[in-house]
Amino acid sequence: MTATQKPRKRIRFSTVMDHIVLTLGALFMLVPMLMVFQLSTVPDAEIIQRGPSLNIGDQLDDNFVKAMFEASGFSGENTGVSMLINSFILGIGFAVGKIILGMMAAYAIVYFRLRFATLAFWAIFTTLLLPLEVRILPSYEIVQSLGMLNTYQGLIIPLIASATATFFFRQFFLSVPEELVAAARIDGAGPVKFFIDILVPLSRTMIAAMFIIMFVYGWNQYLWPTMITTEEDMYTLVRGIKQIIQVFEGTNLPEYGRGNLLALIAVIPPVLIVVFFQSWFVKGLTESDK
Amino acid sequence: MAVVHFDAVQKIYPNGFEAVKPASFHIEDGEFVVLVGPSGCGKSTMLRMIAGLEDISDGVLQIGGRVVNDIDPADRDIAMVFQNYALYPHMSVRNNIGYGLKNRAVPRDVIAAKVEEAAKMLNLSDYLDRKPSQLSGGQRQRVAMGRAIVRDPALFLFDEPLSNLDAKLRNQMRIEIKALQRRLGVTSVYVTHDQVEAMTMADRIIVMNGGVIEQIGTPAEIYKTPASTFVASFMGAPPMNLLQVTREGAGLRLADQVLNIAAADIDETVTLGIRPEDIVPDPNGSLSIHVDIIEELGAHRLLHGRLEEQSITVHVPKDHDVTTGMSRFSMPLNAVSLFDAKSGRRLS
Repeated sequence: MTATQKPRKRIRFSTVMDHIVLTLGALFMLVPMLMVFQLSTVPDAEIIQRGPSLNIGDQLDDNFVKAMFEASGFSGENTGVSMLINSFILGIGFAVGKIILGMMAAYAIVYFRLRFATLAFWAIFTTLLLPLEVRILPSYEIVQSLGMLNTYQGLIIPLIASATATFFFRQFFLSVPEELVAAARIDGAGPVKFFIDILVPLSRTMIAAMFIIMFVYGWNQYLWPTMITTEEDMYTLVRGIKQIIQVFEGTNLPEYGRGNLLALIAVIPPVLIVVFFQSWFVKGLTESDK
Repeated sequence: MAVVHFDAVQKIYPNGFEAVKPASFHIEDGEFVVLVGPSGCGKSTMLRMIAGLEDISDGVLQIGGRVVNDIDPADRDIAMVFQNYALYPHMSVRNNIGYGLKNRAVPRDVIAAKVEEAAKMLNLSDYLDRKPSQLSGGQRQRVAMGRAIVRDPALFLFDEPLSNLDAKLRNQMRIEIKALQRRLGVTSVYVTHDQVEAMTMADRIIVMNGGVIEQIGTPAEIYKTPASTFVASFMGAPPMNLLQVTREGAGLRLADQVLNIAAADIDETVTLGIRPEDIVPDPNGSLSIHVDIIEELGAHRLLHGRLEEQSITVHVPKDHDVTTGMSRFSMPLNAVSLFDAKSGRRLS
């Protein structure tokens, strides 16, 4: 192409292919969600009869009220709202706990002359090989003997020790210039002040990124809440939905519409969090603001 | 304002590496001392020991008559300016400058007044609410200076503060720093690898090499009477010519001539040092140099050539016509320095 020619906008084959792949990918993700949505608008009997269809029914309002405010189970204490609150407490507690603990562990490992800092770090790192599922019996035993069954502490604390967060913050702290540490020391910032005044603000994009990952991870916890919560007012959404659909009482149909709508509601907070924090997330993982 | 006193101060790293061999010297009150040397010579370690960022392995360091070996950096009454500025990226210029005072529980209105005053002195008043990332390199360096000034310390430490700036700005900041130091009269230790900075800014220069202090002296002393071949070749651009000469009778043989220098107590071979500008073109001179390359520098020219097999550089004024090839030069014997060829030390 010579310099005088204007570059023409041509539709290239590879661009078309890219869009096809992306569109298919998006549909692959979205169609199940749309199906769930459709199923939450029609009466339960119709679901049993006809299964998923293209018909949008008129049951959405009813199902929403039932999902959010009508209690299910025996105690009548686990409404959608209470489960949503429990899920938020778990998700936020889990994420915040992991970030605080991970940051402090990384701070100790990177900035203090500990005798076995490297060993400690690798010991923490090794716990990545021991996810909750592997150690679920001893963990349960401990929580039970501490009397923390059916409490928020019991839900959150055993999960917050995090090798992932420690590792990410360690890598970040290692990249903070040494001169900055020296400058702060000369400026009279002790260890606590340095952490709060300098390191935490510097890590804010990292913190946001970790918060997203950890919140979604905590929100989606299923096995642990199932083990720890036996009282219905402690149920989280992810755990509670199953309960709704499982209940067969005599000739009653499972409340598919209600369950599906609740499933849809359960998806919304993580999505909103990701959308809201998205730019921070990318920043936190790619650039370092130093 | 304080004197700094080094008594056999030494730094040995845990792996056994001796970064600074026992050093003893004295820095006067209000003096501007430049530590200069090639990378890895121990000059930064020395500075970091003064700052308290590095432990002192042995010896005694006093600042203002107080032994500070075990005193925390924050309590040494010092301020430091770093090579990469080391500004807190999330704080405004105002907070950057005031942070040290805030940590010392200075009342808020006093901090505000002091920050304003420092900013005025450094022409930063319009930038107080900006973040460091919105400033140019020179402005950032000024903020770093402001952070040092506002604390009103007994001692300023500079760790290669100008090496990240471009050449023009560097010259300008060099003058600004020097002027500021004069005005405030604060004792200063300045580390650099740039011998021009050392020569222009220092009251006294400390030349270091391999963890050892090679020479301490005023810029003129260092330039005129270097204590070793290392100092001779490190200080000055272009460096001093170092030529091998052999003893012959009562004098020294350089190429095809015998120099009439009394050399009774020296070995067979000696290193002779002569500054490029001390060699002058002279049709009747006794040095015949083969000029290979002429470097035009505007104000003057540099001739690079050979005296027999030894390379030599000559500095000539701009109005002097030169051509490549053989030319004759002369050199005054009182401008010559002699060094022991083996140890490199100066022979008196």
